[in-house]
Amino acid sequence: MKYLSEYRDPEMVEVFIREIHRITTRPWTLMEICGGQTHSLVKNGILDMLPKEINMVHGPGCPVCVTSISVIDEAIHLAKQPGTVLCSFGDMLRVPGSAKSLLEVKAEGADVRILYSPLEAVQLAKDNPGKQVVFFAVGFETTAPANALSVIQADHLRLNNYSILASHVLVPPAMEAILGDEENRIDAFLAAGHVCTIMGMEEYYPIVEKYKCPIVVTGFEPVDLLQGILMAVQQLEAGIYKLENQYSRSVQREGNKMAIETIAEVFDVGDRAWRGLGNIPQSGYEVNERYRKYNARVKFNLDLPAAEENKDCISGDIMKGLKKPRQCPNFGTRCVPEHPLGAPMVSSEGACAAYFHYSHSSAQEPVSVS
Amino acid sequence: MNAVNISLQCPMPKFDFDVITMGHGSGGLLTHRLLQSGVFDLLSNDLLNQQHDGASFHLNGNLAFSTDSYVVSPVFFPGGNIGDLAVNGTVNDLAMCGAKAKYLSLGFIIEEGLTMAEFWKVLVSIKEAAAKADVKIVTGDTKVVERGKGDKIFINTSGIGYIHPKAAIHHGNIRSGDKIIVSGNIATHGMAIMSVRQGLEFETDIETDSTNLNHTVLALIEEFGNDIKFMRDPTRGGVASVLNEIAELTQLGYHLDQNALPVDDRVDAACEMLGLDPLYVANEGLFMAVVSKASADHFLATLKKDINGTNACIIGEVSDQYPGKVTMRSRIGGTRIVSYLTGEQLPRIC
Repeated sequence: MKYLSEYRDPEMVEVFIREIHRITTRPWTLMEICGGQTHSLVKNGILDMLPKEINMVHGPGCPVCVTSISVIDEAIHLAKQPGTVLCSFGDMLRVPGSAKSLLEVKAEGADVRILYSPLEAVQLAKDNPGKQVVFFAVGFETTAPANALSVIQADHLRLNNYSILASHVLVPPAMEAILGDEENRIDAFLAAGHVCTIMGMEEYYPIVEKYKCPIVVTGFEPVDLLQGILMAVQQLEAGIYKLENQYSRSVQREGNKMAIETIAEVFDVGDRAWRGLGNIPQSGYEVNERYRKYNARVKFNLDLPAAEENKDCISGDIMKGLKKPRQCPNFGTRCVPEHPLGAPMVSSEGACAAYFHYSHSSAQEPVSVS
Repeated sequence: MNAVNISLQCPMPKFDFDVITMGHGSGGLLTHRLLQSGVFDLLSNDLLNQQHDGASFHLNGNLAFSTDSYVVSPVFFPGGNIGDLAVNGTVNDLAMCGAKAKYLSLGFIIEEGLTMAEFWKVLVSIKEAAAKADVKIVTGDTKVVERGKGDKIFINTSGIGYIHPKAAIHHGNIRSGDKIIVSGNIATHGMAIMSVRQGLEFETDIETDSTNLNHTVLALIEEFGNDIKFMRDPTRGGVASVLNEIAELTQLGYHLDQNALPVDDRVDAACEMLGLDPLYVANEGLFMAVVSKASADHFLATLKKDINGTNACIIGEVSDQYPGKVTMRSRIGGTRIVSYLTGEQLPRIC
């Protein structure tokens, strides 16, 4: 596949691995932000190719993992309302709320549908005027433009039966929350390439300066990740910090202007509770006043009691990079993908799921068998 | 493969109704008319023509018996439909036991409202698939459920067949050093279905690879006998799930080489786009075999000459390392576990 196979080339991988080994003189802790990057690292066996001095910790960039339990409860509450169709991306269905998951209420008869695009939900609303269609709009800056567009389109069609339950989260405030944590031990970040494709790079310059922390905007394929790691280590070894762009085939400094405008048309930035990380100021999108009739929280007067996170799940420590999945006493025993204690074990982007599915259970870290 | 030209090949008989109604499953006059006005003619053979409650026959020797239900959605998909799938699936299950299917039963659960044209199209596919696999449909049943209680049409087929005298297919025969072989490109059927599933439609010309494997497999058993240690058609759950099952049963390690996995470029691209791993995607006209190290190359060369084996590959080997686990060397040389699929492979979020 053009534009993919080049970035999975074993010879290129070897070149980068050799160079990373050559220049690394000290221990460094790097955090990859996005769960897609985590999975690529583990699935391709990259972690055990790196020098032992390089410690990769896995960031909060899994939208499913960071959606708070209270929001899942809201979605479940809506799904159970008669005449309501709750539409969601597939990943969200298995995540446990305080009592059940969406998959369970679906099995009990609720009309829960897996969609690929919120625009399909608008079509569903148009085709079913007698039903209330709610789209569970989760995700980072990457999914926000399409979700915003669905609201604009529903407004254009004057639909009275479409709304979204927005639980968008934003990357830069989460990075600041992690860097500002007194236990922080992150030396450099690999920023999420797809988020930056939408939002551009401007937001990251102040973070680099304030925390004197190198940030490399990085892609998702093995060669991307290794090049990103190399660029970060080069900065660390040289004692410098700056914002660099490894993923230049996709990311422009100014981002995608049209997507950013679409987001701004529908959403306001506000505080957001993150699963495992707590409340982070100015870290989420909510439907703005102009489009309030498409805000499911307003439309259905949602006012559910705040739910408590499962205390046995250490997802907060994992997403802050303080612990690795195998350091959780419940990993692979009480917490497995079929019966997760927390979202990181469920999502296709979750760090715990990556370790569970792809890395050797007999080892503390993934090891090579060859 | 399934180019059914209804008007030319198998003229649709004149039915009283345009759609299946509850009455067609009542067992009464409508059921009788439905069967008499074409079904018996279409699937005609000496045993079915007895039109008894069951088929009576005499069989002698080692037999294999298998059953499977087919609920695929949508019912019609690129390259096939639920009809040929229901015949090939059970024929292939028997082939994996080393048996050549002889007789099949055929049970329909039809949702009220299925059009006669659709029903006929499914029946014609069943007839063609049975003829190709050289198997007779000797008994059957038709039930109709109310609209909303089914999904157009569900089919159950059971089959019985003779086991080849040279077949020695049992996971207990697998040894360290044996080679793991797939008969063709993986994940093709699953992605063909996915490409037309509501809400996921994407433009592609991927077609199902659903076909009968009995002639191919029986010829291999005749030639290689007990060098074939194990066979399975990796349908739901894909190649990874079958390997995990036998890894657990045999407590041996199954080590794959990602570079050796045969995947059609279009299928690979579709998997990439949807975030699915081809190792877990369903297959139909595909089998996986574990073959002794000494015979593996010869087996592969023979299989590659067969119409159902042109893309066959050795994808890995059995070893004593990591007993009970499936591992894979990635394209770039790293190694990872290949675990069981948990639940359904769900489309990912971004």
